[in-house]
Amino acid sequence: MRRSVRWERMKIAKVPGKNNKHKVLMYAISTCAWCKLTKKFLKDNNIEYEYVDVDLSNIEGREKIRREILKRGGSLSYPAIIIDDKILINGFRKDEIKETLEI
Amino acid sequence: MITLGKVRQRAESDAKTHGYYLNPDPNFLGDLLEGLKRNEERYGYPSCPCRLASGKFEFDRDITCPCDYRDPDVEEYGACYCSLYVKKELYEGKTPILPVPERRPSEKQARAYRILAETPAEEPSGAAVVVAQELSEITLRLWYCKQCGYVCFREEPPYVCPICKAKREMFAELKIRTDA
Repeated sequence: MRRSVRWERMKIAKVPGKNNKHKVLMYAISTCAWCKLTKKFLKDNNIEYEYVDVDLSNIEGREKIRREILKRGGSLSYPAIIIDDKILINGFRKDEIKETLEI
Repeated sequence: MITLGKVRQRAESDAKTHGYYLNPDPNFLGDLLEGLKRNEERYGYPSCPCRLASGKFEFDRDITCPCDYRDPDVEEYGACYCSLYVKKELYEGKTPILPVPERRPSEKQARAYRILAETPAEEPSGAAVVVAQELSEITLRLWYCKQCGYVCFREEPPYVCPICKAKREMFAELKIRTDA
């Protein structure tokens, strides 16, 4: 039996939060424990954010994400958090995230 | 069918063999094991839950758990990239567990963005098929351990021979040719 999987180009999910002072976009892997921890941290701090699960994106979506991350000098490791379209933080680096989001 | 219990058991026994510990945070560990299970279901092999897989085993061999980078990462940082395997000091909480930088070469990482299996959950078959868009993308070679004769087909020899534990330096490329 072959299971066919539908690949979304790039699905952006939005998580609402009271704190929307900064624009937060996170590239994540759906199975990644560090990404989950980051999502929880943002939610616990009432931060509004958007995320894309890269592993659920198709080849065009992945290529777009790859270019976005490299353009900002980041590395292809997740989570990759882009704040206000300019600052990129690779990995769940709590202090750096807190400082950038002013929390 | 792969169960969570089986995934856990496999990780526990591998940690024991190598003198490592599993991540001490039960929730974090649960997420990692769940991720490994999910990857085995969707790709057919337990690719690292924290890395982007291509869906083609031949290209994800080095990031299939336990990954090629685990031993040098635990050695240097006390934990592997996803932090499933940790050293004793980190297990006991004496040293915090922090994100580990990616050791996988960037050109290998980039392939997960170009090569994508259309049907990731393929029926497991005995034959290994190497598929790529370009012939030049196939960089797999035969390697043999000069100490015990173990042979593998992959891009680079393993860090440690899985059979006799000889170091990478003991591996040499195996070339086959026929003299006409």
